[in-house]
Amino acid sequence: MKTATFIYAVLLAVASAHPGAAHAQANLEINTPAIASLQGSMQQRHAQLAPLYAGGAVGLTRDGNVALRDANAVPLAQRQQVNSLIAAENQDRAALYREIARANGHPEWEADIRATFGQRWIGRAQPGWYYQNASGAWVRK
Amino acid sequence: MIDKFVVRLTLLAGVLALAGCVTINIYFPAAAAEKAADRIIDEVWQLRGGEAPRADKPAAPPGENK
Repeated sequence: MKTATFIYAVLLAVASAHPGAAHAQANLEINTPAIASLQGSMQQRHAQLAPLYAGGAVGLTRDGNVALRDANAVPLAQRQQVNSLIAAENQDRAALYREIARANGHPEWEADIRATFGQRWIGRAQPGWYYQNASGAWVRK
Repeated sequence: MIDKFVVRLTLLAGVLALAGCVTINIYFPAAAAEKAADRIIDEVWQLRGGEAPRADKPAAPPGENK
């Protein structure tokens, strides 16, 4: 009897230790305050970035970032501002990937999440925008 | 002495079960991640419905070509 109770206790402990295992397969948690705030700040910044994507000055990199593609597409007076925009966007993106990994209890997923986003940003980019292909060259969509 | 054997066996089973859980959890849910990425990209880029917002616009309404 004692051993049977012990077996049940062990099985119960194992089962309750991993409540998120099944859940994690279906959907990733993205509804956290930190993720919402990053999303909001990126959405606001997009109003300034969109014309730069369309003009080819800024492109989407393979690793889920944005980068200056053609400095000549930006008037000299605005280059500093564009560089700050890019830096701020990449900072938010890095924080976003990190936060999603953390919100799902797997900080080690950050690189996989970044890679997934890298593909999806490019996949959903508008025609005419530039992105980096597998060998790192800029391609116009 | 059988009790001791059963306890050891149970412990071994528990450790194996734990290891199994860890293996399942470490697996990266690629499809779920893509779905999450698309939802966030929708918000950030203000895309609603359809992969390419420019392509999914219907043909110009007939009233326009007068």
